[in-house]
Amino acid sequence: MARSLAGFLVLLLVISICEAASLFQPISDSHRSAALELFTLDHGSFKSLEETYEALRTFQILGIEKKPDVTSAACRSISETVGSSSSTPKDLFYALKANSIAQCKIHEKASKGIISSLNAAVSGASSLLDFYYSVGGLVLIKDQSSNADIHLADAEGVFRSVKAFSQSDGRWRYSSNNPESSAFAAGIALETLAGIVSLASSELDQSLISTLRNDVSKLFDSIEKYDDGTLYFDDKLVDGREYQGPLSTTSSVLRGLTAFAAVTTGNINLPGDKILGLAKFFLGIGVPGDAKDFFYQIDALACLESNRVSIPLILSLSSAVISVTKKDSLKVRVTTVLGSNAPPLTVKLVGAFSSGSKDASLVESQELKFDQGSGLHILNDLPESIDVGSYTFVFEVVLQEPEDEKVYVTGSQTKAPIFVTGLIKIENSEIAVLDSDLGSVESQNKLDLAGKNAVSLSANHLQKLRLSFQLSTPRGRAFKPHQTFLKLRHESKVEHIFVVGNSGKKFEVVLNFLGLVEKFYYLSGKYDMELTVGDAAMENSLLVAIGHIELDLPEAPEKAPRPPLQPVDPYSRYGPKAEITHIFRAPEKRPPQELSLAFLGLTILPLLGFLIGLLRLGVNMKNFPTKPVPATFAILFHVGIGAVLLLYMFFWLKLDLFQTLKVVSLLGVFLVFVGHRTLSHLAAASAKLKSA
Amino acid sequence: MGRASSKEDAGALFHSLRSAYAATPVNLKIIDLYVGFAIFTALIQVVYMAVVGSFPFNSFLSGVLSCVGTTVLAVCLRIQVNRENKEFKDLPPERAFADFVLCNLVLHLVIMNFLG
Repeated sequence: MARSLAGFLVLLLVISICEAASLFQPISDSHRSAALELFTLDHGSFKSLEETYEALRTFQILGIEKKPDVTSAACRSISETVGSSSSTPKDLFYALKANSIAQCKIHEKASKGIISSLNAAVSGASSLLDFYYSVGGLVLIKDQSSNADIHLADAEGVFRSVKAFSQSDGRWRYSSNNPESSAFAAGIALETLAGIVSLASSELDQSLISTLRNDVSKLFDSIEKYDDGTLYFDDKLVDGREYQGPLSTTSSVLRGLTAFAAVTTGNINLPGDKILGLAKFFLGIGVPGDAKDFFYQIDALACLESNRVSIPLILSLSSAVISVTKKDSLKVRVTTVLGSNAPPLTVKLVGAFSSGSKDASLVESQELKFDQGSGLHILNDLPESIDVGSYTFVFEVVLQEPEDEKVYVTGSQTKAPIFVTGLIKIENSEIAVLDSDLGSVESQNKLDLAGKNAVSLSANHLQKLRLSFQLSTPRGRAFKPHQTFLKLRHESKVEHIFVVGNSGKKFEVVLNFLGLVEKFYYLSGKYDMELTVGDAAMENSLLVAIGHIELDLPEAPEKAPRPPLQPVDPYSRYGPKAEITHIFRAPEKRPPQELSLAFLGLTILPLLGFLIGLLRLGVNMKNFPTKPVPATFAILFHVGIGAVLLLYMFFWLKLDLFQTLKVVSLLGVFLVFVGHRTLSHLAAASAKLKSA
Repeated sequence: MGRASSKEDAGALFHSLRSAYAATPVNLKIIDLYVGFAIFTALIQVVYMAVVGSFPFNSFLSGVLSCVGTTVLAVCLRIQVNRENKEFKDLPPERAFADFVLCNLVLHLVIMNFLG
């Protein structure tokens, strides 16, 4: 007995490390009210037949009463589509699907027309979706029309054409042209094949149907997993337009699987854990905000609710917070995914672990009592080992009838987070003023922390203040809350907060005023005292005013820090701060304009002096060449120099260096050429003079 | 030797300098005049800076250095053109003048860039 228990505990330890604790809730009334809000008529009708069908199916699954305006709007669009001869197989398919719920009457003539057009569509189908709509439409009209004579021509040929789209990894392609395969298409294909089997099962070879089982198991090998144990199908994102998303893909696969299971005679061997993982995936979404997502979730859960593979059972808690003091009982409910009753079973609590610790289980394995009236499994008294705090409880569900094991799947263990609260006992609370040297008590007061206190103490800087109390849990153990603070507030609103430390059950804080004089900014006077003891698991967290203490501290020396200015409104410290304006660099002082202009004139003076001096020296232009060719070169030389100087002026005024360099290089080349000609001519002239 | 004689000597020195200078060729006198003009312009700029302060400093430097630079180039030209200078006997004065013009243009390009 002890050895098996020890082995059990080791197994639990291993499992507790692997998966996080999370609980999934079955469908509840919040879903129903959300459905009524999401699926609304837009100007008296739904946007398309597909949406009409989705709304009707969702209402049907959730058990919402059919509203007359919804039904009449649906019947209107259904009869329109059914009566028109130009409706595509897709329109007919969704119209018939909606009609299977709305139950509007279809005329004999119209149904005959539908049957013939669908048969034509089947023979002319080339892609997976063509087959899906046409075969699905025929299956639906067979149930709805009184004329039971619906014959699928060449059922085996159709079966093989659909099967031809399958891939080796269990996925299906949409058509022979499109090489991409997806799990969503696999779900559609399985539904189509199930439809073919239901229309003409006697004609088909059983071996064909059994090969499909291999495809299904290969498809389920590609299932993906999240950390919390949910399983789903997803396709690779290749083309953004065609990508469906894990919700619709998983929903489609489930629909296909359950449709296929409904028409085959043998068993589809899929591990129950995978079905349970898929159920958790859909329940883990909560209430979707989009109508299409809502439909996918609810439709998939309806498939899981009753199918021939295995029906998952979900364990949920009515409340995850239990009070030890109020002697709450732990109430567990086991239902199907849509909230219907489960078969007879027992729920066992196999272990309880404190959150964050990997120690052994705190409780022994025990069975919960089943209450027939409410359908709940109840644990009336929490074991002594469960005190206030946060725990993970591990449950196991055991079916009572052995035949149910083949129909239902419960999962091995379910972990649930439980938070236990309770009233914490506060005892022996007292506050005292002690003499620093001897430690003797000068004055002592007992406190009643549950009620009002108005203690009045006085102390000087040579004494100490001691506050102490004891905390214990309802079970009598030591308890360390998240918050234990003593706050002293001066008349000028300066506050000081001290943490109350503990050793075991005893909590104590000693304020030695000798060391705190500087921290208190040398402020003497009346200080109000306030104690805070709080924790999430504590039902009686408190914030009480203890009383006040008159503190006599010495005078502040010259260089003591001043206390910070307290805002009049304590929340204004969170208000907007003063606006900061950027101070730009002050511009340099410039001289007055007249002075600058005066000096500009003065600068011109030397130039004038130079020109006058030149005239006095008797400069002349006698050496200027007279013959036309040298004369033009000479003129061009002077013009060139003038052009360069002009360019420099423009450079200073508006051009940049690169533009100037470009132009000056051109002018420079010109100038060099012209200058060379002129100067060499002059040189030749003077050489002639010399020799002559 | 008394003070009177030193004054006389100074006067005699000054006169001889003047007469010697009158003998220099005209083109050298033109260059000397140019140098004087440039130095004067530099002095006026320095006086202005002393009055109003050195902001913007780059403009002041640019102005003064253009004067100083052109003075230097003019002095080089004078050395090269002077016929009594044996070192540059083989250098034709036109070539020296061409160098002078080119260097001045480059100097003034740099000055204009630095002027701001």
